[in-house]
Amino acid sequence: MTAVDEPIPTRVRIQTETLPTQLPARTREEFEIDAVRQAVFDIRDMSVHYGAKEALTRTTLKIYKNLVTAVIGPSGCGKSTFIRSLNRMNDSIPAFRLSGQVLYHGHDVYGPGVNRVEVRRRIGMVFQKPNPFPKSIYDNVAWAPRNLGLRSHLSERVERALRQAALWDEVKDRLKKSALGLSGGQQQRLCIARAIAVEPDVLLLDEPASALDPVSTAAIEDLILELKSRYTIVIVTHNMQQAARVGDRAAFFSLDLTENVGTLIEYESVETIFRNPHDQRTREYVTGQFG
Amino acid sequence: MSGVDHTAALGGDTPLFDPTAPLTATGNLRRRMFVSRLVDGSAGIAALVAVALLGIVLYAVVSRGAKALSLEFVFTNPQGLTGGGIFNSLLGSFEVVMIGAVIAAPIGILTGLYLTEFAGRRSRTGRMLTVALDVLQGVPTIVTGLFIFGLLVIPLHQQSGIAGAVALAIVMLPLMARASQEVLLLVPASLREAADSLGVARWRAVLTVIVPAAAGGIITGVILATARAAGETAPMLICNSIFNPNTTQLNPLHGVPNVPMLIYTAYDLAVPDALTRLWGAAFVLLLLILIANVGARLLLARSRAKMGGGA
Repeated sequence: MTAVDEPIPTRVRIQTETLPTQLPARTREEFEIDAVRQAVFDIRDMSVHYGAKEALTRTTLKIYKNLVTAVIGPSGCGKSTFIRSLNRMNDSIPAFRLSGQVLYHGHDVYGPGVNRVEVRRRIGMVFQKPNPFPKSIYDNVAWAPRNLGLRSHLSERVERALRQAALWDEVKDRLKKSALGLSGGQQQRLCIARAIAVEPDVLLLDEPASALDPVSTAAIEDLILELKSRYTIVIVTHNMQQAARVGDRAAFFSLDLTENVGTLIEYESVETIFRNPHDQRTREYVTGQFG
Repeated sequence: MSGVDHTAALGGDTPLFDPTAPLTATGNLRRRMFVSRLVDGSAGIAALVAVALLGIVLYAVVSRGAKALSLEFVFTNPQGLTGGGIFNSLLGSFEVVMIGAVIAAPIGILTGLYLTEFAGRRSRTGRMLTVALDVLQGVPTIVTGLFIFGLLVIPLHQQSGIAGAVALAIVMLPLMARASQEVLLLVPASLREAADSLGVARWRAVLTVIVPAAAGGIITGVILATARAAGETAPMLICNSIFNPNTTQLNPLHGVPNVPMLIYTAYDLAVPDALTRLWGAAFVLLLLILIANVGARLLLARSRAKMGGGA
């Protein structure tokens, strides 16, 4: 049931001379995908500290275009820290410090001269708890386009975003009503519509379904599978079935037991992570033996 | 020690209580219940005293002021020393207080916004500014009045409504700033996060999401501060007390008749007719301030309910 819209071709021609012969299997997988996919994020040796406390240590991975990358792991292992570091949402946390590089299409997200408002304009985000503005449904979706100067064909833009978020049919007759009157699941889809109304490049979803009932969760998951043809999606989830259902690739984070610091343990295709993980800790986590 | 040792199997400890005994208070629970009732009772009495004080003040003012109150009293100007109404003072007070509010509200609200949205929640500047506002709020209003006397009255060689208004603005400013700060802090952080995540500049989010969400509370704070300043007497006495008390004079560059000064001079006359007028004017002033207060609180309750739906 694992969804991979474009299975990674197994017969990609890889120039053998560039591929060391005794490479571990996961690096081989990495090489293969690198050959066919454009990396949107190239994260190099990223560590995050909150004050003296290291929350995430030396993370290196690439996030690929039009794939759903699922970030899994036990509580407190740095999943949210990781995803929020990608669009600089951690900047507002006092004493937040990041080392290493987060390259987005080759540009360092934390580089000099980078404007974090511009970063977030390209890298949208949806949060765990639905957070619609206390405005009408229409104004929620129209808010960002209006403020970003995308005023022409605004109602078409709003309709398209609501359709993409699979919410249009439920709200088309009450666009002027308050968004706070929607159910939790509808509110979360509204937040997704609000995020995609400005057509970002990447969509970061931080446990988008964890506050929702199973029916709404299924709706959100279907939506994610729909959206990945247009957007590059990174989703943090506690729910491993969800990661397996919507993810193409999965990054497993855990606490390093000696240092108590969030660490990237394994980053593979979801098949590998869930069927044949290389690391014992991943195996124990995905089979429910810990976490 | 007594009866069956239930915990014998666990190591022979004496049980802490007999689980089969009736469920009434025993041992030191009785004493604790007594202390609890005592504390409960004295706190209740203290609260009652506070409400009673308001009741007594209201009764004193209403019972004396009601006699003087009539349409004529509200809508005509004074005659002679102790006759006529208080219309000119009401108009003048309204004007001076409004000028003060117009000066103080933008500065106060922007200060509140600076504290919550731009300075950073735990920044040094923010904390120092908050303390400074509290100190300003504690400055005796007669000192504020003297300051404006030196700043505006002496250089212009005359007392004026505008001088009084500026003094009142200084009284209102910290109240408005702190009230704005309080309600802006109630706006859920998730709304700021949502706005940030959409790649829209912070000031736009502040103007179009955060301020509208807190608007009810901000307006409430502005009204309460204005009502509080409306009764301030010391700044009026020092900056805005020289005028013809029997005519309507609304040019703010000269002295403007106002209710606190009317009450004060009537008190100073110390004759029975003046006392009736005094209580009447006090009643009107109190009534207006009460209406402003209750109205503002209703508004706040409404906007809180609206915001609660969003959280």
